[in-house]
Amino acid sequence: MASLSQKDLLSIEQLSVDDIRLVLDTAEALKEISSRAVKKVPALRGKTVINLFFEPSTRTRSSFELAEKRLSADILNFSASASSVTKGETLLDTARNLEAMSPDIIVIRHSSAGAPHLLGRECRSSVVNAGDGMHEHPTQALLDALTVRSLKGRLEGLKIAIIGDISHSRVARSDTLLFHKMGAEVWVCGPPTLVPADFHLLGARVTSLMEEAIEGADVVMMLRLQNERQKEAFIPSAREYFTLYGLSRERMRGARKNAIVMHPGPMNRGVEIESEVADADYSVILDQVANGVATRMAVLYLLSGKSGLKPARKPR
Amino acid sequence: MQLILRQGRVVDPSRKFDQVADVGIDEGRIAEIAPRIPGKGRREIDARNLAVLPGFLDMHVHLREPGREDAETIATGTAAAARGGFTAVACMPNTQPVNDSGAVTSFILQRAREVSKIAVYPIGAITRGSRGETLAEIGEMARAGIVALSDDGHPVSDGQVMRRALEYSRLFNLPVIDHCEDLALAAGGVMHEGYWSTMLGLRGINPAAEEVQVARDAILARQTGARVHIAHLSTRKALETVVRAKAEGVTNLTCEVTPHHLLLTDERVASYDTNAKMNPPLRGRDDVDALVEGISSGAVDVIATDHAPHTIGDKMLEFDRAPFGIVGLETAVSLVCDRFVRPGVIGLGRLAELFALNPARILNLEKGTLAPGAWADITVLDLERQVEVRAADFASRGRNTPFEGWTLRGGPAMTVVRGKVVWSV
Ligand SMILES: [Zn+2]
Repeated sequence: MASLSQKDLLSIEQLSVDDIRLVLDTAEALKEISSRAVKKVPALRGKTVINLFFEPSTRTRSSFELAEKRLSADILNFSASASSVTKGETLLDTARNLEAMSPDIIVIRHSSAGAPHLLGRECRSSVVNAGDGMHEHPTQALLDALTVRSLKGRLEGLKIAIIGDISHSRVARSDTLLFHKMGAEVWVCGPPTLVPADFHLLGARVTSLMEEAIEGADVVMMLRLQNERQKEAFIPSAREYFTLYGLSRERMRGARKNAIVMHPGPMNRGVEIESEVADADYSVILDQVANGVATRMAVLYLLSGKSGLKPARKPR
Repeated sequence: MQLILRQGRVVDPSRKFDQVADVGIDEGRIAEIAPRIPGKGRREIDARNLAVLPGFLDMHVHLREPGREDAETIATGTAAAARGGFTAVACMPNTQPVNDSGAVTSFILQRAREVSKIAVYPIGAITRGSRGETLAEIGEMARAGIVALSDDGHPVSDGQVMRRALEYSRLFNLPVIDHCEDLALAAGGVMHEGYWSTMLGLRGINPAAEEVQVARDAILARQTGARVHIAHLSTRKALETVVRAKAEGVTNLTCEVTPHHLLLTDERVASYDTNAKMNPPLRGRDDVDALVEGISSGAVDVIATDHAPHTIGDKMLEFDRAPFGIVGLETAVSLVCDRFVRPGVIGLGRLAELFALNPARILNLEKGTLAPGAWADITVLDLERQVEVRAADFASRGRNTPFEGWTLRGGPAMTVVRGKVVWSV
C-alpha cells in the first residue's frame, strides 16, 4: 500500500514533492466515491480516528468527519474547547488520555502553533494537523492544490496570487509553501502591516499593490480579514481595506483569462471580496469544499498504515 | 594555613595577575599568593593543570523562594550555583510575594544563612509589586541588605517612574537593573521576529522592543548619573547603543549577556521546544555574532545566566502558553569554557572579568579579586574536563535546559567560599 514518508501530517514544510503528488493523485482517485449511490468504502474499517478540536470549526471538522465516515472509520469527537484547559488539564494530559484509547489517527485543530507537533512527539498514533494557530493548515493547502490541478491540469508555472491578511493566516503559509514546492509562481499581497517582513523567504514574491499581484494571475486566492485587525491598528477601516485590497470584478480583469477565484472560507462579503465575484462562475469556492473531503480521505488513508511506527514515550 | 591550592594557574584580573602559583588561605581570607608557599596547610589541594580564578558571581538568578518552592528553592538554587562554579548569586525579586520590602529581603537572607553554602545577594524591586507604578521602599530594603534594584520579568515601562527610580537610587548608590522591553512593541510575542517566527506561525517579538528601551535607559543614565545595568542584552543594535553611550562618557551604564544568547539562534525554536523559549528570545545569527564580539572586545561587562527554573508541568505546554525562561547555573561556565575560552575567543583573564570582577564591581561588593585580605571565594576550572549536560543530574529543581545532551570540554572543578570547599567534581 502506498503511504506517506512520515507518521504524521504536521505541515506542508515537511512534505516532499512526491508526498504531495501522492496525496493529490490519491484524492483524485477517491473523488469518484462521493459520486456513488453508496458513498462508502471499507478502507479504514476497524480503525479509530479521534477528532480533537480545541477551536470551533464547522467546516474543517465536518469535512474531516465526512471523510472518516466514507472510509468506514470509527470516530470519536472531542470538543476540548477552553473548558478542559481551565480545569487545568494540559494538552499533554489530554494526549496521554487519548493515547490510552489507542486510536490510529488523531486529527487536531488548536489555536497554538506547534500543538500537533507536541501531540505527534508524545503519541504512537498518526497526527493530522487540521490547523494550528498561525502556523499551517496542510490539508487546506492540499485541497487547494487539488482544486487548481483539476481545473488547470497542472500546478507548475501557474501564477498564484494570495491576497489579504498574510501574517495571521495559516492558509497563506501552507499554500505558499505547497505551490512554491510544486513549481508555481506564488505572489502574496496585503498591506505592509499584515505581511511579515521575511515572508519572501518562504518562496513568495511580495507586493503591497493588488494590481501587481493579480496581473496575469491564474489563481486569485482571497483570505478572510478578521474584524479585530482594525482594533489592533493593522488597518484603518474595513472600508479602506476593501478599496485597497478587496476583490472586485474590475480588479479581476487584470487576471489571466480563465483565472479562478478561491477562498478558504468563511468569506466576509464586502470586506475582502465583492459578492458578485464570490458568486461568479470563475469562483471555485464550492469546488474547494467538495475537494476537501476527497483530500482528507486521501490523507487519512495514506496515514492509516503508519501509526505505531514510533514507540510512545514512557509516561513520566 | 587553613587551605593551600598548589600550583594552579592563578588568574586575577583585579591585579593583572596570571601565573602558576600557590594560593594560601587562612581564616576564610586570601593570605598569600606566591610561587611556592613553604610549610603544609591543614588541607592541601593539588591544582596542577587547573585554573584558579576569583569566585564567580551570577548576578541574574531566579531562586523562586518565597512562593514557588516547587520550581526552585534557595537551597536547591544555591546548590546548583555551587555545582556550576559560582560562589555567589544575586537573586531577582520576582518571587511571591515580590521582594519589595525589607521583610522579604530579610527572609531571603535568613533562609540563605540557614541553607546556602554560597553567598546570596537579594535584589529589591524598583516599584511596588514590580507593577511599574510607584517606588518600592528602597531605603528599607537597602538597610535590610539588597545590592541592586530591578523589576526583572517586567520592564519599567513608564519613563517618568524610571527617571525617579534612578534619581532615588543614587541615595543608596544602588545599581538599577532594567529588563528592557517595550511591551507595546513586543505585542505579546513569544519568540524573535524573523524568518523562524514567520515559518512557525508564532507571534514575533520585534527586536526594537528591546532596543528602544535600552536607548531610553542610556539617555536617562546620562542625565541622572545613576548606575544603570541592562539585563540580558540580546541584540546588536542594543549593544551598539550601550557602546556608544559608554564612549561618550556614560560610564555608569553597564550590561550583561547570557550564555544562551551567545550560543543559540532562533532556529532552535523550530521544533516548538519550550526549552528554547525565554525573554528576551533567542535572536538571529547577526545578533549572536555581535554579542560574541562584545564579550571579547570588552563591550559586554558581565555574563549572567538569567537562571529561570520552571516545573515540567508548567513548561511542557503549547509553545505560546509555556512560561519564558530556562535554567543556566549548571551549564553556563562549561558552555563558555567550551565555546569561547578553549577556542581562544576570550582568555581566562577576560573570563574572570565577565564572571567575577565586573559583577562584583557593579554590585559594590568587595569580591571578584584574589588580593591578599579578600574573602577566599574561588572558582577552580578544569579546561580539560569532559562535561555531559544531563538535566536529570542537576541540583536545581529546574530541568528546563536547551542544552540537554551537549558534550562540553572544560568546566568548574571546585567551588570555594570563604576558604571552604563547598563543591568539587
Ligand atoms: Zn528579564
